Amino acid sequence: MELVVFVLAAAMILVGAVGVVVRNNPVHAALSLVLTLFGIAVLFVAQEAHFLAAVQVIVYAGAIVVLFLFVIMLLGVDRTEDITIEPFRIQRPLAAIVGVGVIGLVVASVTASRDAIGTGTGLEIPTVTGDNDSNIRQIARSVFGDYVVAFEITSVLLVVAVVGTVMLTRRIKSGKGES
Amino acid sequence: MNALLAAATPTTTWYLVLAAVLFGIGAVGVLVRRNPLVMFMCIELMLNAVNLSFVALAKRLGDIGGQTTVFFVMVVAAAEVVVGLGIIVSIMRRRPGATADDIATLKG
Amino acid sequence: MLDLIWLVPALPLLGFVLILLFGRVLGEPKAGILATAMVGGSFAVTAGVFFDLLSRSEEERSHVDVLFSWMPVGSLKVDLAFLADPLSITMALFVTGTGSLIHLYAIGYMHGDPKFSKFFLYLNLFVFSMLMLVLGENLLVTFLGWEGVGACSYFLISFWHTRESAATAGKKAFVTNRVGDWGVMIAMFLAFGAAGTLSYTGINHAAEEGIISGVTATAIALMLFVGAAGKSAQLPLYVWLPDAMEGPTPVSALIHAATMVTAGVFLMTRVNPVLEVAYDWAPTIIAIVGVATALFAATIAVAQNDIKKVLAYSTVSQLGFMFLAVGSGAYVAAIFHMVTHAFFKALLFLGSGSVIHGMHHEQDMRKMGALRVLMPITAFTFIIGWLAIAGVPPFAGFWSKDEILLYAFAESPILYVVGMVTALLTAYYMTRQVIMVFFGEARWNDHSEEHGAHGDFKPHESPIVMLIPLVVLAGLSIVGGGLQLPFSKDLHFLEHWLHPVVEFGEADIKGTWAYDNKYVLLLVAIVVALAGIALSVAVYAKKKIAAIEPNLLANGWFYDSSIARFMGGPGRKAFDGVAWADRTIVDGAVNGVGRVVQTAGRTLRRGQTGAVRNYAAFIGVAVVALLVWFFVRGVVL
Repeated sequence: MELVVFVLAAAMILVGAVGVVVRNNPVHAALSLVLTLFGIAVLFVAQEAHFLAAVQVIVYAGAIVVLFLFVIMLLGVDRTEDITIEPFRIQRPLAAIVGVGVIGLVVASVTASRDAIGTGTGLEIPTVTGDNDSNIRQIARSVFGDYVVAFEITSVLLVVAVVGTVMLTRRIKSGKGES
Repeated sequence: MNALLAAATPTTTWYLVLAAVLFGIGAVGVLVRRNPLVMFMCIELMLNAVNLSFVALAKRLGDIGGQTTVFFVMVVAAAEVVVGLGIIVSIMRRRPGATADDIATLKG
Repeated sequence: MLDLIWLVPALPLLGFVLILLFGRVLGEPKAGILATAMVGGSFAVTAGVFFDLLSRSEEERSHVDVLFSWMPVGSLKVDLAFLADPLSITMALFVTGTGSLIHLYAIGYMHGDPKFSKFFLYLNLFVFSMLMLVLGENLLVTFLGWEGVGACSYFLISFWHTRESAATAGKKAFVTNRVGDWGVMIAMFLAFGAAGTLSYTGINHAAEEGIISGVTATAIALMLFVGAAGKSAQLPLYVWLPDAMEGPTPVSALIHAATMVTAGVFLMTRVNPVLEVAYDWAPTIIAIVGVATALFAATIAVAQNDIKKVLAYSTVSQLGFMFLAVGSGAYVAAIFHMVTHAFFKALLFLGSGSVIHGMHHEQDMRKMGALRVLMPITAFTFIIGWLAIAGVPPFAGFWSKDEILLYAFAESPILYVVGMVTALLTAYYMTRQVIMVFFGEARWNDHSEEHGAHGDFKPHESPIVMLIPLVVLAGLSIVGGGLQLPFSKDLHFLEHWLHPVVEFGEADIKGTWAYDNKYVLLLVAIVVALAGIALSVAVYAKKKIAAIEPNLLANGWFYDSSIARFMGGPGRKAFDGVAWADRTIVDGAVNGVGRVVQTAGRTLRRGQTGAVRNYAAFIGVAVVALLVWFFVRGVVL
């Protein structure tokens, strides 16, 4: 059963990823991204990271991609780019090297160390009380316990990001001095 | 068939390999595409690959810290997207239809 | 009186400065009188120092007067100091003595010359330099004087610089001397390296103690000889001396007969302890070069027609004798001959200057003749000089030449034979000169038209200011032999006087065949001299035998022209090659580095496209490389 789930999710992910890279139309690319994100969410569930799966769907697929689409529509960059031409001749070969290199090496490393990682899907995450807790409770304990400082800082980061972007993109009334 | 299906359960290694492939595709996409928004999307692909590997290893090692990390990655990714899109908007307003290659003031 | 030794070079220096400042105001003849007075004063002080030293016992005859510390640099401590000992005082005596006589003569000779005061300016500077050379306490003060006399020689040879031959001769002298100077410098470096000091006492002491010995001593000695060969006109660096006759005759007399050219002999004698501890073949080389030069120059003198060129080659020949003496260990004989040679050669040059003056600047002997009637005093003194150089007793040259040949025989009979042949030739060509100038028929009228509208051209005697030095020098040429007579040990004045400086003496050749038969050799010398004179009389006066003056000898064995051809031809090509190498290889390398940098920069510039994707791609490739490295390290190894 798990195998079927994995294979289907993996297929969704890979098809979506390739679609992002290959599609000329940016809107199509955004929709392929959504497919990938859903695949990831499925795999999160399979790994018993339920909370994260939910957050993935809500935040990533629901907010971030929507934001992408807004900007695409706003700027009218729905005009397609032709992916077959490449002004820098060296770029494609370098990209090939990077792709093959990264994939090959990481896969090789991972398979070479699979004994260290071990078979099986691992242990149940232990809890303080001794029995299994729900995932969200575990995450909450971790975030507001061990990593509370990081949590606070990231909230500040969010505010800063929003304010900064607003500042960045406003039009000055006089008409000059844009960004 | 069932025995085969039952015997081959996806191990952590499978997840890590999938994450690596996804990462590679994302990297190639960044290098190949010229549209800034699509480049951004490819970056998101890479981030998601990393998230996947974190979650897989968190399950394997029994440590919730991996999932917490993913949580924070998502938050920061969101903030990053906001700022990045803001920048793209401001640039694109001035030169409509520009691609990443047209912003070449570093040329020496 | 010894403390006033510094006055000896200071007076001519003062003369130089005074004439430099006031020469044009003083004019003729006051500038000349001032210069002569300065050198005369030097002579008086030197004489005083001489008597002071004489009154001391032998071991105490050495006084060092330090003026100031000149170069205290690290371990090199050189003072400007003077060393008054028998050798230097002997040299200083005849330098200042003949110098003052020649200054006096020059007042008459340079009469009417527009650059009169300038002449005495240079002459005084020269005497100053020569005295620094001679009185120096260390090699560096001597070298200061050495270079100074070289420079003054250049100034004075090309005194009439509007004449191209004079200017060229001056340059030739300077360049040839420079080649020799290199030798002296190398010797100085070696001496300092070996002995840690440049002072003569230090170096000679080191030689005696054995600190300098063997290879070092030989190298020092031979390098100093290179310098001496340049300064004292030995083979192969003699070429400048005949050309130096372009200068006024007082210059030829002072510099190129009596003083500067003897500097080389002086230097070798100064460091004779070093020469003694060098390998045996080193002094032998010096002796061979000396005697070869003597013979070589004598053969050329036989065929010269310019009155001064004969004397120039004669000087080269006599200097060869002096080096023969040095090489045979007869330092006393070398100094003896130096002193007597100064007397009679200066006399001969001044006499020839008187002849030239009286002949209205005609120098070709073929246009002279029968001058003894019209210039009696000149002729008389010239004849005395002739007899002295030919080696006729009791004149000075005989005794000194005989002393040299005695020691030469003790060294090797071959040297003696060559020396004897040279002595024969010397008598021959000097007699030839005397006959052509003062005897025979008067040939000057055949070319009287060439001397301008004089009407009846007649040579005349020179003014008294020029005749006094001639007479004095003639007197000295007669009695000068008394310095060292071979008859008994008591008469060896010069040897006793020089003993603290020169250890090698008569005792060292006692027991050789030469010493035992020295009176036989004495008689042989007299016979040879008279034979040379007789032969020359037969050829030139009686005209019984035809004169042999082959072209080869008249052109100096074509030595000069072969050097010119070599330097102009293969030499030039070699130097062009060196210049090419410098331009192409050295400069090319330097420029090439610049070009490489430029090209590299231009190539690397193409990586700066400005496109972010390219930069990202490069970063990606670097990441892959890092991954490869980690993979290899972690998984493979």
